[in-house]
Amino acid sequence: MNVVVCGKVIPASSVTIEIDSNTKRMVRKGVPHELDPAAASAVEEALRLTEKHGGTVILVTMGISDATIGIRNALAMGATSAVHILDEAVAGSDTLGTAKILAAAIKKQPFDLVICATESSDSYSGIVPGQIAYFLGVPPVTFAKEISVAGSTIIIKRQSESGYDLIECALPALVAVSSGINEPRYPQLKGIMAAKKKEIKVYTAADLGLAPDQVGENGAREKVLTVGRPAKRQAGKVVTDEGDGGKQIADFLAEIKVI
Amino acid sequence: MAGVIWVYAELNDDRITTTTLEMVAKAAEAGKAEAVLLGPAPEDAVQTLAKYGATKIYRSADPIYREYLTLPAAETIAGLINTFKPAVMLFASSYTGRDLVANLSARLDCGAISDVGDFKLKDGSVEATIPALGASYQNTSTLVSQGTKLLLVRPKSFEPEISEQAVAIEEVPAASDDGLRKVRMKERVTVKREGPQLEGAKTIVSGGRGLKGEENFAMLSDLAELLGGAVGATRAAVDAGWVPYAMQIGQTGKTVKPDLYIACGISGAVQHLSGMKTSKTIISINKDADAPIFQYSDFGMVGDVFKIIPQLIEELKKRQGG
Ligand SMILES: Cc1cc2nc3c(=O)[nH]c(=O)nc-3n(C[C@H](O)[C@H](O)[C@H](O)COP(=O)(O)OP(=O)(O)OC[C@H]3O[C@@H](n4cnc5c(N)ncnc54)[C@H](O)[C@@H]3O)c2cc1C
Ligand SMILES: Nc1ncnc2c1ncn2[C@@H]1O[C@H](COP(=O)(O)O)[C@@H](O)[C@H]1O
Repeated sequence: MNVVVCGKVIPASSVTIEIDSNTKRMVRKGVPHELDPAAASAVEEALRLTEKHGGTVILVTMGISDATIGIRNALAMGATSAVHILDEAVAGSDTLGTAKILAAAIKKQPFDLVICATESSDSYSGIVPGQIAYFLGVPPVTFAKEISVAGSTIIIKRQSESGYDLIECALPALVAVSSGINEPRYPQLKGIMAAKKKEIKVYTAADLGLAPDQVGENGAREKVLTVGRPAKRQAGKVVTDEGDGGKQIADFLAEIKVI
Repeated sequence: MAGVIWVYAELNDDRITTTTLEMVAKAAEAGKAEAVLLGPAPEDAVQTLAKYGATKIYRSADPIYREYLTLPAAETIAGLINTFKPAVMLFASSYTGRDLVANLSARLDCGAISDVGDFKLKDGSVEATIPALGASYQNTSTLVSQGTKLLLVRPKSFEPEISEQAVAIEEVPAASDDGLRKVRMKERVTVKREGPQLEGAKTIVSGGRGLKGEENFAMLSDLAELLGGAVGATRAAVDAGWVPYAMQIGQTGKTVKPDLYIACGISGAVQHLSGMKTSKTIISINKDADAPIFQYSDFGMVGDVFKIIPQLIEELKKRQGG
């Protein structure tokens, strides 16, 4: 079973992401990058499935040149090869543009299953996977907590408001996994060495047959008009527990008439 | 059509969801509210939608919408949008809402705006307010595509105000193509939740990674019970498997707005804050004086939850008993 994983490489979790008020885009240049933890879970799930059923795992990512570090990380975890969509022209893409580009790149790879993370950890719109599925013409199953393969169908445990749903879906398909589906493995030295020799194909939008007015800011349907900060909540008092912290909270509850 | 705002009416546990009603009320205030209701629904569903301001309901009760995930609904809605061309269509930021918007935005090549906290109709388009990056930003955005604008709306963004309307029902033919039956719902499993539910709770006691383990949530339940409230959690606690997902509060969990929120061993990550920071009063307990949660708290206690919470419980018992 061949699996394509769509995952992002994003500013490291130590970075507070900011939005540039001129370009109205997230500041991505000049900050340390890492494989999105959500993408690492998607890679992990793909590795577990192919370890059991055979096949390749190809990571597809669209991002700036700093993304290489995260791509190498996925390769070191065990992915077979990677595709990096690297092109100034795609900067400023909205979800729809991103999905068009990713779908065009995925179509060039062998796949029975595409695994995404339900949401990326930096922009979390959560709609890119469903859009990709539409462009690929395969059924989408999102919020997966568990995936198992039975011949040409997959069974998915899908998170729901009140518990979970058991979903049956024919392959080829796209599954978006939810956070906490697995504990991604850490790359071992052997994997890190092997990753250096693995192939990373680099594509531009033009390589994928996409015209300049379909991608990037020009192709975006969503336009950010203004970037601002919400009114800050007035912080109240903060005290340090000197042994009567519980009592003090009870006093506060009495003060606001909860008790 | 100018001023016509559609709402996708979502059902959960056989009831129209609260977020649906919030959106219908807002649509009625901003324009002419109409709803799309697909699949088997309880008898009073239509009246409920009318009560919050829907003037027309596009309806099919066909079971295909329940047996298969969103593909049949997306097919039907795309057809309806192409025929009736509403100005805007609103969906809840829920599992179903996101899947539908993903499909429709790609199929209609119109894009969509996610995580909408408010919107207004403007110059034949829409201007949406988005609490971006876990609500650390407040941006506005629009859609430049032609035709219907698709918005994914955050729960608790609008008040579900009643404005009883006369309602017309338009029966629509059900989607039936075989290609739409690729994702089948085999079984719905309800995980039993004990104790009071987060939805509608006036007081919420919430625990994070600082609780250290599943067993320590018992002390939060005791506290919640004394205050007549419910227990919530952060994603860290849910991902660790200590508590079920239904208890998760935040960006990817529930959005809550209780009178009182007590955050225990929670750092205050933006994704958590975005689900609870509009609570009326926030109390937090954290051993790290620099935890961001304190900047959002009315009353912050720097200290150890394992000392403070048992003392608070004792104190409440004493005061309530006396
Ligand atoms: C796309 C995306 C969506 C997300 N959605 C959500 C969401 O819906 N909800 C959510 O909650 N998170 C969400 N997160 C995760 C979020 O970023 C944080 O990781 C999470 O909220 C942290 O949970 P926490 O505060 O319990 O843990 P931590 O951040 O680890 O904080 C634990 C706190 O406990 C304190 N502590 C430890 N021991 C004690 C003690 N004995 N006494 C007192 N204090 C103690 C520590 O000082 C620390 O501040 C999301 C993340 C992403 C990327
Ligand atoms: N630039 C990208 N490169 C690769 N995958 C992406 C990219 N953007 C979004 N995705 C995929 O879509 C998912 C959801 O992203 P988002 O819509 O940003 O929440 C991610 O977890 C990835 O699986």
